[in-house]
Amino acid sequence: MNRSGSPVSVRDVDIRFDDFVAVRQANLDIAGGEFVCLLGPSGCGKSTLLNAIAGFVKPVGGEVTCAGARVTGPDVSRGVVFQSAEALFPWLTVRQNVDFGPRMRGVGKAQRASAVDRYLAMVGLSHSADRFPGQLSGGMRQRAQLARVLANEPSVVLMDEPFGALDAQTRLVMQVELDRIWRETGATIVFVTHDIGEAILLGDRIVTMTAGPSAAIKNVYPCDLPRPRDLTDPASAALFRQLREDIGTEVARTLRAQGLDDGHDGPDARQAAGRPADEDRRTRR
Amino acid sequence: MSVDVRTVAERTGRTEPNPARRRRNRPRLTRVGLSVLSVALGIVIWDLVSRNYTAFFLPSPLLTWRGAVELVQDGTLWSSVNASSTRILTGWGLGVVIGVPVGLLMGCVPWLRLMLDPYIQFFRFVPPIAFVTLAIIWLGPGEASKVALIFYTTVFIVALNTLAGVLSVDELRLRAARALGASPVRTLVSVVLPSTVPHVVTGARLAMGNSFLTIVSAEIVAAQSGLGSLIWTARNYAKTEWVFVGIIALGMLGYLFDWILRMVSSRTLRRYGVTF
Repeated sequence: MNRSGSPVSVRDVDIRFDDFVAVRQANLDIAGGEFVCLLGPSGCGKSTLLNAIAGFVKPVGGEVTCAGARVTGPDVSRGVVFQSAEALFPWLTVRQNVDFGPRMRGVGKAQRASAVDRYLAMVGLSHSADRFPGQLSGGMRQRAQLARVLANEPSVVLMDEPFGALDAQTRLVMQVELDRIWRETGATIVFVTHDIGEAILLGDRIVTMTAGPSAAIKNVYPCDLPRPRDLTDPASAALFRQLREDIGTEVARTLRAQGLDDGHDGPDARQAAGRPADEDRRTRR
Repeated sequence: MSVDVRTVAERTGRTEPNPARRRRNRPRLTRVGLSVLSVALGIVIWDLVSRNYTAFFLPSPLLTWRGAVELVQDGTLWSSVNASSTRILTGWGLGVVIGVPVGLLMGCVPWLRLMLDPYIQFFRFVPPIAFVTLAIIWLGPGEASKVALIFYTTVFIVALNTLAGVLSVDELRLRAARALGASPVRTLVSVVLPSTVPHVVTGARLAMGNSFLTIVSAEIVAAQSGLGSLIWTARNYAKTEWVFVGIIALGMLGYLFDWILRMVSSRTLRRYGVTF
């Protein structure tokens, strides 16, 4: 069932919250079916840019288009996986959560049931379908979120640091799984992360951003290493060093402000950098 | 070769036991035993103190018990409990049924919230007792006036709690619902309403407490039946022990209602985060 994902285009996008300039003049073209990682330090505006693609945030200038159509608000064609599992509905079982999208779209019962079963199996949650989110581990909750989004068969999946709150081992497992699921569904994926290793493991292209405020897209790195990737192989390691050097100044600036001096991979640094992930919270109301 | 890449917790489906649950499992006998002991102690102290006063000033537990038996035998106690309960349940039930949608609408429609806000801020400070006279003038001395007062008490508390629930719904859930294709109306019904259930239950419990406050004042002013009326008429017969019987009956009735409310809601609404 290889579908092809839709292309996404970001043109001269400016995002402002009152006087605060979050993102300035962002330009990015994403091909259908491509896996693009937005990489940058916390608070650099990458989640804000993702929210603009999702349609949660309206740019004050420029435009976002998906499959050629201008994005004016959230849409089922663009599914969103959030960092926090709070996005799941705790009063619904995993199955009911996954069923939510198709139910809202008015899909027939039998068709819904088979889609739900298929995507639960795809993310490896068939055995926990009738449990509630509160009874699941962090990794399982993120699987449930992913299945819920996939059940709507979106052509674009937007992921906002989806593994940012997971422990290091679970995170590695989830990265491998996501790589497989992406190849199975063929959807376009835009994946926000502050983890260089994660970006190299997953991205066709890695887009680095400067530290905000007034964040901008800094560089775009093609990454065509064979999948599944291994961070210890020399080509990955070389790209890692290159990326690290490139965004090192941004990462260092942000992390220094948080009282940390190292740019990557340590669990402490990851936790500290992951905490204030939802930059665009200030857009509420 | 296929490797099972799930974590141990994912494979076994085992997660940490809920600490609140564990606390609940303290031996039931100990908890009940302590409560019984405490009540027994209270009665003993009451008895000792009552020996120093006249029965009119402070009747003893035994005299109160005899008064209770008397009131049970002539049917007064049961009819009083019945009258008060019916008024409370009717007014409270109506208040919850109306209060929840009002709170939901206020939470979702900002201009409605702004329009209703001055009234709510004003009536918040006007206790139901202040309306007893008006209720009787407008609705007569019958059941309608009492039910209306209980309704008034309940509807504000429930609406305000529901409103607070709506305003505290996680933005993330709303975004998730929209991105999954839920229309605003379906989001209201399928996401906002379930999210506010714990607030609604809290509001309903608070309102139940306030309904007891209100019913007694209303029945004292104008009623031929009910626990408030029982307490008031006891004065005419210089039967202070009947006052005690009425007070104890009120306390027990309130405790019973709250217990039922807690049991039912924690059994049926647990998945919405209602736990006691």
